[in-house]
Amino acid sequence: MDAIILQILNGLDKGGAYALIALGLTLIFGTLGVVNFAHGALFMLGAFCAVTFERVLTLSERVRDPSVTFFEAYKEVPYLTIWYGDAGQAIVDWAVPLSIILAIPVMLIVGLAMERGLIRFFYKRSHAEQILVTFGLAIVLQEIVKYFFGANPIPLTAPSALTGSVDLGHWLGLTGISYPLWRIVYFLFSLVVIAAVFAFLQLTTFGMVVRAGMADRETVGLLGINISRKFTIVFGIAAVVAGLAGVMYTPILAPNYHLGMDFLVLSFVVVVVGGMGSLGGAVLAGFLLGILQSFASMTEVKAIVPGIDQIIIYLVAVVVLLVRPRGLLGRKGVMEA
Amino acid sequence: MSQSVMTSGNRPEKGMGKSPAERTEPTGSGLRGFMRSSGGDYLLLAVFAAAILTMPIWLAPIGAGYPDILQKFAIFGIFALGFNILFGFSGYLSFGHAAFLGVGSYAAVWMFKLLSMNAFPALIFAVLVSGVFALLIGFVSLRRSGIYFSILTLAFAQMSYNLAYSVLTPITNGETGLQVNRSDPRILDQLFGGTSMTVPDIFGVQLQGWAGFYFCAVLLILAFFITMRIKNSTFGLMLFAIKANQTRMSFTGFSTRPYLLTAFVISGMYAGLAGGLLAVTDPLAGAERMQWTASGEVVLMTILGGVGTLLGPVIGAAVIKYLEQIFSSFNEGLLHRAFDFLPTAVQDIVVAIVAPFVGEGWQLTLGLMFMIVVIFLPGGIMEGVGRIARRVRRDKPSDDGAASKAGH
Repeated sequence: MDAIILQILNGLDKGGAYALIALGLTLIFGTLGVVNFAHGALFMLGAFCAVTFERVLTLSERVRDPSVTFFEAYKEVPYLTIWYGDAGQAIVDWAVPLSIILAIPVMLIVGLAMERGLIRFFYKRSHAEQILVTFGLAIVLQEIVKYFFGANPIPLTAPSALTGSVDLGHWLGLTGISYPLWRIVYFLFSLVVIAAVFAFLQLTTFGMVVRAGMADRETVGLLGINISRKFTIVFGIAAVVAGLAGVMYTPILAPNYHLGMDFLVLSFVVVVVGGMGSLGGAVLAGFLLGILQSFASMTEVKAIVPGIDQIIIYLVAVVVLLVRPRGLLGRKGVMEA
Repeated sequence: MSQSVMTSGNRPEKGMGKSPAERTEPTGSGLRGFMRSSGGDYLLLAVFAAAILTMPIWLAPIGAGYPDILQKFAIFGIFALGFNILFGFSGYLSFGHAAFLGVGSYAAVWMFKLLSMNAFPALIFAVLVSGVFALLIGFVSLRRSGIYFSILTLAFAQMSYNLAYSVLTPITNGETGLQVNRSDPRILDQLFGGTSMTVPDIFGVQLQGWAGFYFCAVLLILAFFITMRIKNSTFGLMLFAIKANQTRMSFTGFSTRPYLLTAFVISGMYAGLAGGLLAVTDPLAGAERMQWTASGEVVLMTILGGVGTLLGPVIGAAVIKYLEQIFSSFNEGLLHRAFDFLPTAVQDIVVAIVAPFVGEGWQLTLGLMFMIVVIFLPGGIMEGVGRIARRVRRDKPSDDGAASKAGH
């Protein structure tokens, strides 16, 4: 029982990341009809927004270390600490969550620029060409990041208040389930972002128009609404969602330049399993596959079927595509071929 | 009927003879098929063969006149030719073709280890194994089309890649890669007192240096010939019809899947042959050959050259491999020497601009090329050549024939 709960928890944070990326992919596919192979790169860019922000905050000055008395020792002290004392120290400590402030505008601009500069020329072209051009873009983005940040993973830490583990068993009435706090934070964060996206689409006029456009683009256009401008903004939002997923994921997995590619393939599988064009399906499949993957990596399971943890997600995708090609929650007739 | 087509993966012309599409007389196989082809095709083949075999001479001035790179041209030419049979002819974009390349390499190295250092059993086994592998994957993947097909093939390739690194380590030797050792059993070599060397050969001739290149080149010409025959056959026509309008094809009463599966298996075998050749020229197989960026590279080769054309993929493969060689060998010092003719100040700026794109940055150039080709020249080099040719021959009124001529 404990083991099962632990595995579900393990799956939740990864599932959260899958769900957020898949949500953006589905939004883009549902509105613009574009298969965006560069979406993983947006996740990676988000992670490197956090890296950049942390580096800016920790710009340091070398000062004499007064605690060492018998020789001249120097240490690096961030300017923020020098200027603001403990408050500055706290800001540095909370660098990762705070970098959301930087990531939102940056990712929005990146998303809008991508759509206006490249993607919009590919609406009328085949899916194969969309895949290829965004694949090329993904390579370019990751190589640019590699040029500036190097090839090695850059570890970031969660705020000290949120590191360490909590004894979840205590809350649930079980014993011996302690779990890294930041992963729970990530799960909750992903829920909040997902809820925000859904609320935006369901409760605002803008969201209503977008949903109408997803259902029937032409009619909405005939009603005199500039639907393509709205869709551009949707692309920006999808980029922000992917970026935020990347920002918050940095303490869990030190980002390197090919982080995006690793997540992209899996996110596509998630979208396919959830149902192309179905937002709820993307979220559901994201969490389901995350949990499934963590179950498959249990040693007990691996003893029965060796290597299953490596291929479980792809296996599920293959089965789903063959048995129920529209995906778990996909609408009938949407991209079923 | 589907069975007959499937089992004749090696020689699709034969299977096609039985298809209802065919007129009652069986064409396309044997001598008759030969006769049916127009003389122009054989001229093309002769020119192609001559061009490939004389590559060491006419590519020497651009610094590619040495066997290592030329055999890469030939091997990846075969890979791209095969990929083009699927993607170019039938329009199905597979994003997992590198899996077959990797499987071919592993199969070939295993033959080196178990049977003999002779290249033929290794290559035959590589082609067979990757053909069977392609049959399995194709059978499942081809139940879907469009992006679903791409994602399915991608999923299978990633699965193979992950398995090669983890559970299948006894077969693939994991991250170290599969290698040939002196202590391998090599049954045939033991029986017939073959060499104890660990260099692949064909009946005593070691396939290194120029011998290796010419071996690959002959196979490339053979592969080109088969591709040409496929393109001109009824089978090829079927694939083009599927690309043009699959729904209409099935409304006419054809089951498209057997044709697609045959194309998939053939292109998988081409990839297996290329993988086997990689192992022949360097008896080592690693899982990184199966990574999906490798699958992406063959797509780029095909597109850069010209999707659906005969020559295009070979040209595309050569261009990519050549640029890879050139770009990744440059470093800042070499750049400074290359731009020596400029004044120092300008030189520094130019070098600073160019430096991110060379050496380690080759991938960046590759990605940019990917985008530029897809955006501006979706028909690839062959289309570009066709456009220029049409402009030169202004006197002729432009017609559809010009577009199809670009197809050669």
